[in-house]
Amino acid sequence: MKKLLSEFFKGIIKENPTFVLALGLCPTLAVSVSVINGIGMGVAATFVLLGSNMIIALIKNFIPARIRIPCYIVVIATFVTIAELAMKAYSPILDRALGIYVPLIVVNCIVLGRAEAYACKNSLVNSFMDGLGMGVGFTLALILISGIREFLGAGTILGHTVVKGFEPVFVMGMPSGALLLIGLLLGFFNLAKRRN
Amino acid sequence: MNKLIVSPAPHLYKGESVSRIMWMVVASLIPAGVAGIFIFGPSALSVIITAVISALAAELILQVATKRKITVFDGSAVITGLLLAYNLPAHVPLWLPVIGSFFSIAIGKQVFGGLGQNIFNPALVGRVFLMASWPKYMTVFTQPLNYDAIAQATPLAALKEGKIIEHITYLDLFLGKRGGCIGEVCILALLIGAGFLLIRGYISWQIPFTYIITTGVFTYIFAGKGLFAGDWLFHILSGGLILGAFFMATDYVTSPLTTKGQIVFGIGCGLLTAIIRLWGGYPEGVSYAILMMNAATPIIDRFTKNRVYGSR
Repeated sequence: MKKLLSEFFKGIIKENPTFVLALGLCPTLAVSVSVINGIGMGVAATFVLLGSNMIIALIKNFIPARIRIPCYIVVIATFVTIAELAMKAYSPILDRALGIYVPLIVVNCIVLGRAEAYACKNSLVNSFMDGLGMGVGFTLALILISGIREFLGAGTILGHTVVKGFEPVFVMGMPSGALLLIGLLLGFFNLAKRRN
Repeated sequence: MNKLIVSPAPHLYKGESVSRIMWMVVASLIPAGVAGIFIFGPSALSVIITAVISALAAELILQVATKRKITVFDGSAVITGLLLAYNLPAHVPLWLPVIGSFFSIAIGKQVFGGLGQNIFNPALVGRVFLMASWPKYMTVFTQPLNYDAIAQATPLAALKEGKIIEHITYLDLFLGKRGGCIGEVCILALLIGAGFLLIRGYISWQIPFTYIITTGVFTYIFAGKGLFAGDWLFHILSGGLILGAFFMATDYVTSPLTTKGQIVFGIGCGLLTAIIRLWGGYPEGVSYAILMMNAATPIIDRFTKNRVYGSR
């Protein structure tokens, strides 16, 4: 049980996919304009991660080593299609806001990275916990980044105005602002790691 | 016999130091600032003072926070603040230079490890950040010699929008009687400072001259109705070209080391400035041109290394 919990918690801080592994930066840069987009993206990616990690952990012994990557992609693409169709059906606004970045979860480095580095070597339960931890870590990182970006770039959090008379920093709403912010946050994470 | 002193080279010492050079650059920037204050009034003075003080404060705070050596008085932060203020319109709200200076010093300089480590000119980093963040303040310029903050487009912005530029002569442009940023308008004052730096050898001729000549030639060829009919003198005298070419492109840290490299750098800046002015989205391209060439500086340095005598 303790091992399972550590599998879960490592994804949140020690091996945070965004700030420590630096994986999946492309969707992070693109969709983190507002908190709601960040949460939507994080939940979709978590769902795909869980599904693909579990399936791959189950079928790992049947996949020939030489064609394992195409096999992973097929599994991942299946779950991405499920997530995309569900999002289109239940939350069309979010789907429009995230746009191409939902189908692009197929090539999200976090999902493929966990399949290749973890799920193909570990048991079903461990892979489930790993996928959940990574997904939650990714979602938390997205919430942090998109929270700062939405506050600075539009003066709102989840669409609500926070400070009256605040002049939004326009650049934070653009990808250049996201790059700048992620660079700084990565720096702070490295600093914190070095201090420990 | 005691007069024979044995010591390692260098044997001749001129008494120069980084901070002395920095203060000389500060001194050479003063005429342009005085002219800017005369042209745009007391609000220009308050922008300049705010920018310089906040640049110094940012340097001090960051160096204390990161436990580095405190080098607030080496003049480099003053230059950053001054140049940032010179790149702002005179009637911006005063929190703008404060944020700009902090961004310049923090993201433009201290993040990389302080003076000598930065890849981009800190003042321009601050200006571009302000430009991208609050364009509504950064693109409103005021009339010269009229301290009531009446908006007026810069000659380059008017040109971009296809308006006819009225009542503006080359002499007006040269003396600074036009809308624009605080420190860029008075070419005469800028040239006084630049001449001082050139004569004392603090900056070399390669970057500014190739920069200005390239922009002039390029706009002469392409800015007119047909080829070879452009108003090159207008393009040289307007915008921030003179300020950028003499004071920002020549920054020691972010420009190439060798003569050959500096010529490549100057030509690159000139081409980019002219291209942005003629075909780009912004009316003025000096700051972006210099920043882009700053990014190219390591490559230029690699390919223009001086051959060591005797080596292949």
